[in-house]
Amino acid sequence: MIERDSPVTEDELHAYVDGQLPAERRGTVEAWLATHPDDAAHVAAWRGQAQLIRARFGAAANEVLPRRLDVNRLARARRRRGLAIAAAAALAAFIAGGAAGWFARGAEAASPSDLNRFTAEALDAYRLYVVEVRHPVEVAGDQRPHLVQWLSKRVGSPVDVPQLEKLGLKLVGGRLLPGPTGATAFFMYEAPSGERFTLYCGHTTDPATALRYIAGDRNAAYYWVDGNLFYVLSGPAEREKLHAIAQAAYDQIDARSAPPQGG
Amino acid sequence: MSEFREQIEAAIPALRRYARALTRDAEAADDIVQDALVRALRSEHLFHGGDVRAWLYTILTNLNRNRLRTLARRPVLTPIKDSDAATSGPEAGGRDIARALAELADESRTALLLVVLEGLTYREVAEVQGVPIGTVMSRLARARMQIRSYLDGERPALRRVK
Repeated sequence: MIERDSPVTEDELHAYVDGQLPAERRGTVEAWLATHPDDAAHVAAWRGQAQLIRARFGAAANEVLPRRLDVNRLARARRRRGLAIAAAAALAAFIAGGAAGWFARGAEAASPSDLNRFTAEALDAYRLYVVEVRHPVEVAGDQRPHLVQWLSKRVGSPVDVPQLEKLGLKLVGGRLLPGPTGATAFFMYEAPSGERFTLYCGHTTDPATALRYIAGDRNAAYYWVDGNLFYVLSGPAEREKLHAIAQAAYDQIDARSAPPQGG
Repeated sequence: MSEFREQIEAAIPALRRYARALTRDAEAADDIVQDALVRALRSEHLFHGGDVRAWLYTILTNLNRNRLRTLARRPVLTPIKDSDAATSGPEAGGRDIARALAELADESRTALLLVVLEGLTYREVAEVQGVPIGTVMSRLARARMQIRSYLDGERPALRRVK
């Protein structure tokens, strides 16, 4: 819009509109606009846009805060969580029952359903078993068919063990755990680096959801509902990596559980 | 309450406004604000003075980018809420500012909203986005040009037919 040798740059026109132009340049810019209607039209249009944006979204800052955005509440939930982690370590043998719900407090406003209990227990199980060197699982990954058959029978629904080899993850194996709604399948994967990821899967009556993310201090999880099963994929809190793994698991499970559709 | 926490609390209304404009969905906006607050509180021990507000905008901007990536990988059909379209003035036929924003590339939209709605300086926006100021200026210019042609009703597809 502005010629090369113009005394006023386009950046300065933006700065003029945004109130970020140095005071000593105002006069020059205003004189330029008075004689250049095209640029004056740009400036007017940009101002109009800014007004529309403020009119449309400005009021969101005046709305009453929902409870879930209360800083003190969020901070309290964090403190309780720290205490609950210590308790969970002491009650390791009763892991499923012991610390249930600590994670839920942090996220309680997000959903009142099974989701919180599932993610809390899945992360507890993750923390408990990933550090296990000799007995991380009950049935090893090289017995995949047996593992699937056994856990499907106990959970009461066909349970999938996603193949994550393409992402460099080897199936270590699986175990049966008590969960909020009964028997729960728990699978562990291992990366060449030694990092471990777990998939926790049990019954739920909650409606299907897309992938959702929840983060603890060092660990995080993606969770979702597909059919009548709830899944939690837990791992170190590296969101991108965890997302790639969760997405691969989600896609495989979704592809197998979805009824064949036309085309 | 600690000073750190007070500063976070003071920033929440503006964060909600920014998130609302970024997502144009009240629920999704509060989701990422909550996520940003949790992260900020978790990092309290890392905070040694400075501008909490700019830092919160950075966290929120990154969370929104992650959210968009997730949506892009797995498209979710979200009904466009037209109930408040009438308040946005004379842009009949749905050509309102929210739709215009929706058409922008994420980084252009982010730059524009941080400047226009949140009143950040260009330098602050450059820090939030992790790019030089020149990049912020070109994002801003692109956003404004695209919104203008959108609101003016120019449709590239139709023009090509002429």
